[in-house]
Amino acid sequence: MAVEGKTIDALSQFELAPALGPIGASVNFTQSNLFMLIAAGLILALMHYGMRPAAVVPGRFQALAETFHEFARNLVVEQVGPEGRRFFPFVFTLFMFILFGNMLGLLPFAFTFTSHIAVTFTLAMIVFVLITVVAISLHGKKFLGYFFPEGAPIWLAPIIIPVEIVSYLSRPVSLSIRLFANMVAGHVMLKVFATFIVLLGGLGAVGPFIAVLPLAVNVALVGFEVLVAFLQAYVFAILTCIYLHDAVHLH
Amino acid sequence: MDTRDGFEERLRKARERKGLDRAKHSQQGLPGSAAIGFRAGVEVVSALIVGVGIGWLLDRWLGTFPWLFLVFFLIGGAAGVLNVHRLFNPRTRPKDPAEAGPGSGSKDGSSAGGGRRQDD
Repeated sequence: MAVEGKTIDALSQFELAPALGPIGASVNFTQSNLFMLIAAGLILALMHYGMRPAAVVPGRFQALAETFHEFARNLVVEQVGPEGRRFFPFVFTLFMFILFGNMLGLLPFAFTFTSHIAVTFTLAMIVFVLITVVAISLHGKKFLGYFFPEGAPIWLAPIIIPVEIVSYLSRPVSLSIRLFANMVAGHVMLKVFATFIVLLGGLGAVGPFIAVLPLAVNVALVGFEVLVAFLQAYVFAILTCIYLHDAVHLH
Repeated sequence: MDTRDGFEERLRKARERKGLDRAKHSQQGLPGSAAIGFRAGVEVVSALIVGVGIGWLLDRWLGTFPWLFLVFFLIGGAAGVLNVHRLFNPRTRPKDPAEAGPGSGSKDGSSAGGGRRQDD
């Protein structure tokens, strides 16, 4: 499938296909949606069944659930400050959803829904709308002062204000491109080196021995991708927190 | 009691020798130069996309094709540089509310949050 006519087809893994048979096809339910539901279900299961014993000495799943919870709470409190705790559910949900999406995508036959810019841009727009609404509701008209730093000479306003506005509007774009590009690049590299294994493996008697090299690269890449999957979820969450800090404190 | 035979000191040295403590350092320096370069590149490109998009849409609306496009291309580039500047100097901002916090706005926000924190 990956190797047709001895070419490298690294992008077909991102194609959407209807899932769940004819019912899914009739409502355009793709495998991307399916894996979003799986991710959400896994998160709920982890949180529900992990925390059900509520033991003083946690078991494995409870320890995992508590670690995630504590990690995200520290992130929010450190970046936004104590008053940012009301944003914890939002950041935690976002972090877990992206983390599970990235990690699920590394499993064989799974689909990485965070490798589609439509998905990441939607997530980033939710963050963008939230920070704007929070800033306006907390500060009202003072929010406009965000686009013109105090003490700057007034004749610079025609330059500074458009630049600040474009910089503000570029937040969701950079947030979504970063996640999407990282996931796509990682999966394309995995696919390319996996294709090398197949192509080199069919190269006569010496083929299988040379094919060990791209196999070794792929083993290293999978480890690297686990790191990237976690890191990108973390970066998305921490940037959300930094933007929330800006919205709450406004300067 | 550990100080008697310098156990902590020897343990620390042994851990350093085996590279067990380096995990912390490498995590701090985890955004290596390639990652930082990638982040800076994303910031510039996204600001350019937004600038060019605004310019192109305004041009299509007002029928002034290349001019606003060119102006907003430059503005987008400037915003990209601003983004990169903020990427490397992130901690100049949290000082602001303490010293020159544009007054009541941020103070109100933080004190209201503080009150809510006690409710939790």
